[in-house]
Amino acid sequence: MESNTDMTKIQHEIISDFMLFDDWMEKYEYIIDLGKDLPLINEKYKTDEYIIEGCQSKVWLHAALIDGKMDYSADSDAIITKGIIGLLIRVMNHQTPEEIASSDLFFISEIGLQEHLSPSRSNGLVGMVKKMKIEAIKSLNQ
Amino acid sequence: MQIPPFNVREIREQFPALRQKIYGKNLIYFDNGATSQKPQVVIDAINRYYAVENANIHRGVHYLSQRATTEFEASRIRIQKHLNARKSEEIIFTKGTTDSINLVAFSYGELLNKGDEIIISAMEHHGNIVPWQMLCARKGLVLKVIPINTKGEIIQEEYDRLLSNKTKLVSVIHISNTLGTVNPVKEMIKKAHAVGAKFLLDGAQSIQHMKIDVADLDCDFYVFSGHKVFGPTGIGVLYGKEALLDAMPPYQGGGDMIEKVTFEKTTYNHLPHKFEAGTPHIAGGICLGTAFEFLSTIDLIESEAYERELAHYAEQVLETFEDLTIIGTAKNKTSVVSFNVKGLHPFDIGTLLDKQGIAVRTGHHCTQPLMDFYKIPGTVRASFAFYNTKEEIDFFAEALEKSINILR
Ligand SMILES: Cc1ncc(COP(=O)(O)O)c(C=O)c1O
Repeated sequence: MESNTDMTKIQHEIISDFMLFDDWMEKYEYIIDLGKDLPLINEKYKTDEYIIEGCQSKVWLHAALIDGKMDYSADSDAIITKGIIGLLIRVMNHQTPEEIASSDLFFISEIGLQEHLSPSRSNGLVGMVKKMKIEAIKSLNQ
Repeated sequence: MQIPPFNVREIREQFPALRQKIYGKNLIYFDNGATSQKPQVVIDAINRYYAVENANIHRGVHYLSQRATTEFEASRIRIQKHLNARKSEEIIFTKGTTDSINLVAFSYGELLNKGDEIIISAMEHHGNIVPWQMLCARKGLVLKVIPINTKGEIIQEEYDRLLSNKTKLVSVIHISNTLGTVNPVKEMIKKAHAVGAKFLLDGAQSIQHMKIDVADLDCDFYVFSGHKVFGPTGIGVLYGKEALLDAMPPYQGGGDMIEKVTFEKTTYNHLPHKFEAGTPHIAGGICLGTAFEFLSTIDLIESEAYERELAHYAEQVLETFEDLTIIGTAKNKTSVVSFNVKGLHPFDIGTLLDKQGIAVRTGHHCTQPLMDFYKIPGTVRASFAFYNTKEEIDFFAEALEKSINILR
């Protein structure tokens, strides 16, 4: 359970980062800056094989098991989606498949971004989180 | 009745939804293409219906049932008068535009034969594409698409070329939900009739923006959704010429649509009930009548001019932005302004506008083939109603500028 506390710890860190912001626009400026900064995925994975089509934005996800930990990289054509991907990867990257499979991403609603992970949003993020977990489960059964 | 002079302030006051704040900001509602807000009279009518009027219609001997039946039928007559249809039998209640088109595709489709052709345009909503594709697959018909030019206008010469004696139906959007183009449908209807084809007019975006006269247009079908014309969701209308509706077989079977049922043979009810199987959306039907009653207090000639002015003003404001492209620049356009900002995703712009209290729509607006034509994934769309104002457009422009600066 040690690194699961890790995931919990990272989520709490993100929550306290977000407490600094007074309003929505500041929150989004932060997310957008994250999105701008991050080179998230190797260009060779930005192909149809790795795409998760949302109605609004597209997401590419690559997952691999490296030394018993999940290694994720992802990208999106929309910068806000990309910024949120940055947060998700910060929490889930380099954790064990077991931890990811059973993880609870409580930080999303704590920082007020649950709308982006609602199925109706169709920005590809719901599909991405699902795929991240499925890939973890797959590697458990390998 | 005397129609009062057009006054935006007074109209706005009748819409409680417009008075709210979201994220601490005054709501600016620019998503009227998706659905309109409701005036207090419609909200009151819905309440009243469920509070004291609720009963099933066309089947009760009792007071409530008869009153509900009378109101439901009175609403049909009000809509008939508004559209200037010849008879109230020509007004069929449906679930909405999509349902109306599916009804025609199924039922009128039954009268068509292999090789017959249906024509639509390149700017249709998915609701006016997919039902025809399904029909064509089912009956071996051919679907033809009239191309558009880059301004977002139907190319009339191409239309002329596609029309032939094989054409059995032309189904075209009156006002484009994505581009705002007002199509020259009266001429297009004449041309269709000249080759013996019927014409369906998708009025989802025109009923709320202009005075509609189906007799003058001479369309064979006119369809719209209640929720886009200040009425409830889940109710809509199919207008069809009586002789045509009479010739068409029923769409769904069930109660209300029959005259006599035996296990050997069932005979069908007359119009409009032939096409209204089962208990209809009674509250919706009655309150859609209330929405048209509300509409009758508005000078639709003036409101149309006002909405065109709003769209024109929005375009002028947007043209001052660098790297902003307006999608849809038809000569005749109203109420809708779609745009993209170079290098930015519509979804990002829409999300930041939302956080500043402004409701717009982003994406493909259920017109993916149109997006493919322009080679874009989507647009940001501001769509206006007569309760919007130039001040709101000014706020919108400020918020847009702020959004672009953050995203750049
Ligand atoms: C032009 C057009 N046609 C059809 C529709 C479908 O309407 P509804 O979803 O109410 O059936 C819409 C609304 O989105 C529209 O704008």
